[in-house]
Amino acid sequence: MRAQFVLSEISVGLRRNLTMTFAVIVSVALSLALFGGSLLMSDQVNQMKGYWYDKINVSIFLCNKSNAQNDPNCAKGAVTEDQKKAILTDLKKMSVVEKVTYESQDEAYKHYKEQFGDSPLANTITPDQMQESYRIKLKNPEQYKVIASAFNGRDGVQSVQDQKGILDNLFGLLNGMNWAARAVMSLMLVVALMLIVNTVRVSAFSRRRETGIMRLVGASGFYIQAPFIMEAAVAGLIGGVLACGFLIIGRYFIIDNGLALSEKLNLINFIGWDAVLTKLPLILATSVLMPAVAAFFALRKYLKV
Amino acid sequence: MIRFDNVSKVYPKQSRPALRDVSLEVEKGEFVFLVGSSGSGKSTFLRLILREERATHGQVHVLGKDLGRISNWKVPQIRRQLGTVFQDFRLLPNKTVAENVAFAQEVIGKSRGEIRKSVPQVLELVGLGGKEDRMPGELSGGEQQRVAIARAFVNRPKLLICDEPTGNLDPQTSVGIMKLLDRINRTGTTVVMATHDQNIVDQMRKRVIELDKGRLVRDQARGVYGYQH
Repeated sequence: MRAQFVLSEISVGLRRNLTMTFAVIVSVALSLALFGGSLLMSDQVNQMKGYWYDKINVSIFLCNKSNAQNDPNCAKGAVTEDQKKAILTDLKKMSVVEKVTYESQDEAYKHYKEQFGDSPLANTITPDQMQESYRIKLKNPEQYKVIASAFNGRDGVQSVQDQKGILDNLFGLLNGMNWAARAVMSLMLVVALMLIVNTVRVSAFSRRRETGIMRLVGASGFYIQAPFIMEAAVAGLIGGVLACGFLIIGRYFIIDNGLALSEKLNLINFIGWDAVLTKLPLILATSVLMPAVAAFFALRKYLKV
Repeated sequence: MIRFDNVSKVYPKQSRPALRDVSLEVEKGEFVFLVGSSGSGKSTFLRLILREERATHGQVHVLGKDLGRISNWKVPQIRRQLGTVFQDFRLLPNKTVAENVAFAQEVIGKSRGEIRKSVPQVLELVGLGGKEDRMPGELSGGEQQRVAIARAFVNRPKLLICDEPTGNLDPQTSVGIMKLLDRINRTGTTVVMATHDQNIVDQMRKRVIELDKGRLVRDQARGVYGYQH
């Protein structure tokens, strides 16, 4: 098979169907940009969950030296070894507790670093500023209040936090947005597929003379179908490149510049460029394969070989 | 070259078979006319040879292959050894004469050098030397049919299938086309030609196969168009 012959057939085919090709490109670009956006949003949620989110329900933060100076809950000074032992014994006696894990200052520092990386806030923190804590998994997560009432105000305890309560509203919002993005993506995907099928049908019809002659002189089925499939793949690839562009521009304007969320919400560690870049190969591959496969199945219906 | 064994063809949703129990054999190098009124099954007969259709009953052998048994992806291999010519020429209007002929070689992956050599040769053979760069629209009907024959013959098929090749041409031009087909036949290529053209059949005195309502009603060596009683 001669590459030049096939390439010229593809470009002729794409130009002949310019409006349809344009529609395919736009719908593929939008659906894949939403697909990528939804993946990135999940990444963002995972990043914000941090080390403990999925493992525990309640955290008891213990007073450290700096709390002792400025937190009224810690007016009696930093937590002592005896206090820690007493708290642990009491926790283990409680029937609602499934598992207790102790987190030292060094461990807390390590997990903090993992979550916030080298953001400006993280760089100013040292291990002694971290708090020791007991991380508790409950048999029933609803029973958070039992722990809170038992340990709030106790000597050496700075605070008791319902870990999920803090973040659940935010995650609920992000998850909702994620599902909305996926719903729109599925719709756009269906539109893209229908457009591809229709483009192939129109294309096969307008070239039935050529394909009829090809069949008669014994061109193989693959040779007859290849230009149609390549056409769909090329249009899809252009859409995929646009989708990648949308994601890069999107991260740039939402996080770094423009909306500049990273400056306004500096407590949140946003996903980095690596998260965006690792999605691009997947998006490009999908943008080529999906239209090609759709075209292949459309041809089985509309093009006799 | 071609063998039909008790071949019947019933199209879906039609009760009357298009071909009924047809058995015949065409040898290598023969020239065969296929006659019969419209709807007699001539086209079905040709479509079975090209394996555009499969026989409902019986077996069709072409070039030693049982067409009912070969898989779809092997069909192109068979078609490369067949040439086809139609009443409506079936040329690509936006390609030149030479490009139309070359198309038949490009799509089966012939090299550019081969194409450059064989296209002028075959155009010379059909009497179109010097018209390589003309568009089909600029040619007369007879010339267009010559281009179609050149395209059918450029891959040197063993069998040439012609479906009323003179159907759109005036008698004089038809005679020219027939002379060309005769010349191709003399190079050893088997020719099967469906036609309504009584004069041509009567003049050529070749084997005549007549179909009527799907049945083979006559198979006559050196025959004529109508019945001879």
